[in-house]
Amino acid sequence: MSTTLTAVTRGRVRRGRRRQTVLAVLGVAVAVMFLVSLMVGQTFYPPGDVLRVILGGTVPGASFTVGELRLPRTVLALITGLCFGMGGVTFQTMMRNPLASPDIIGISSAAGAAAAFAIIVLNLGETGVSVFAITAALGVALVIYVLSFKDGVAGTRLVLIGIGIAAMLNSATSYILNQAGQWDLQAATRWLNGSLNGSTWNEALPVLLALLVFGPVLLGQARNLTMLQLGDDTAAALGTRLERTRLVSIVAAVGLIAFATSATGPIAFVAFLAGPIAARLVGSGGSVLLPSALVGSLLVLVADFLGQFAFDTRFPVGVITGVLGAPYLIYLLVRTNRAGGSL
Amino acid sequence: MTTDHSLTAEKLTVGYGDRVVIESLDLLVPPGRITAIVGANACGKSTLLRSMSRLLAPRAGHVLLDGREVHRMPAKELARTLGLLPQSPIAPEGITVADLVGRGRNPHQRILSRWSRDDDVAVAAALDATHTADLAERSVDELSGGQRQRVWIAMALAQQTELLLLDEPTTFLDVSHQVEVLDLLTDLNRDRGTTIVMVLHDLNMAARYADHLIALAAGGVHAAGEPAEVLTEDCVRAVFGLDSQVIDDPVSGKPLMLPIGRHHVRTPV
Repeated sequence: MSTTLTAVTRGRVRRGRRRQTVLAVLGVAVAVMFLVSLMVGQTFYPPGDVLRVILGGTVPGASFTVGELRLPRTVLALITGLCFGMGGVTFQTMMRNPLASPDIIGISSAAGAAAAFAIIVLNLGETGVSVFAITAALGVALVIYVLSFKDGVAGTRLVLIGIGIAAMLNSATSYILNQAGQWDLQAATRWLNGSLNGSTWNEALPVLLALLVFGPVLLGQARNLTMLQLGDDTAAALGTRLERTRLVSIVAAVGLIAFATSATGPIAFVAFLAGPIAARLVGSGGSVLLPSALVGSLLVLVADFLGQFAFDTRFPVGVITGVLGAPYLIYLLVRTNRAGGSL
Repeated sequence: MTTDHSLTAEKLTVGYGDRVVIESLDLLVPPGRITAIVGANACGKSTLLRSMSRLLAPRAGHVLLDGREVHRMPAKELARTLGLLPQSPIAPEGITVADLVGRGRNPHQRILSRWSRDDDVAVAAALDATHTADLAERSVDELSGGQRQRVWIAMALAQQTELLLLDEPTTFLDVSHQVEVLDLLTDLNRDRGTTIVMVLHDLNMAARYADHLIALAAGGVHAAGEPAEVLTEDCVRAVFGLDSQVIDDPVSGKPLMLPIGRHHVRTPV
């Protein structure tokens, strides 16, 4: 066995182990945050009580507080985090640009505006809202794609057009909130920044279904997506079917983002942050879909926990993630500006 | 590995938008040899290469690999026989050399298949052949231009194709690295019988390293054949619109083209 072969095998095994370790640590962290979010509140319940409630047992007090109030909220935090993390990194990988995240380029805003319209103006139920949100998000994704198409889609053009569209859609959301005479803080933060306040099972269920449908589809594209990072020509030369990979990935990612957004509003910057953090953690090579999903989930769980308990006032989750995400956005913009202004 | 794959273009017409770049072009790539494609800027060299590796669908005509239409072959099957290194491939941020070279294994892997020992063997062989084994754990971002080009070639080698197309593999490299890369490709051709087709900018390097030279002009093949037959003063004038003197290269015995501009020319020539 040649020394190179030994080194190659060893290096691969070492990187594989790092990846497994990162995934395991993230998984445990998500599970711990999930449990802690169920335990902590105005009344503290020990892990035993919480587990009994989850398993369907009856615990006086906890059955209602944990089972009816905290559980739907925490489950929704968990799964929207997975959706945002996975959907965001799909776009970033596909466009080879960390700024091309759906919450920056207007896709989350589209889902948010459509959901706000469906709920506040049309008074639709969950299914109607989800259909509305995903249609709008797919439509806006298509519009951005078409507008930025000129001999192929360039990342920079797409990002700039997307930012413009996001701004337009956010004003549309404000307008809807205003017109409906429902400009209360609760609704406003939910549809502009994202919030988990008052979450119920009715909201969590469609997101869970979307995750079960689109998640595996996206994971099936994991290797193709990593090939796209090499540029279209190289990816195609290595046997990747570009158009098919893009179509399947866009539909699945938009699906995840739209369903999650129609339940919680566009929780600021989670889709944008999860991918780069995950990539830093797992290191070179391999797909970042799964680690990014876990990071997204952890971000939402931690931010919601902080928002509820870390300050005198309760803040919605999107305010906390917004505070975390904005500096990174500035950092990226400054860095690309220094590198020659080509985003 | 023996190669007798035939790669041909028949009445090939290719273009972008409403611009036709290549029109009704016929071409035969001699198996087991090194072919260089030369021509003026924007004459369709890269377009031809992209079309031959099915990145660009033809408007008319065919590209045939062993008699089969390239554009109808399953993507991965084609990628196991024919590799392409584009002009400016993109390395994902922070990727290590070993991982990047490993991406060349994609056409040999199934969606959920595990990394196999064959994959490791192919990656190690590619690193050894390109003298990049000591860079394996380094990040591609940190490499010099010459090292990086060798790593990209290693990726194409890990693909283990019997035909390899390269779009200007020596651009942006200084002369010693150019020679290094072209020597490497020659080794590959001689040791493994890999058929190589490359677009080159430098006529003299092309004439020296290629067994078969194709000069493109006006969207078609102006001349094709052995470098000594193709690289003539008339050909340089027709293809590049440049006066020149072609002499015997004292080093290689191949033709050497000396351009004649308006200045710095002894009179009489």
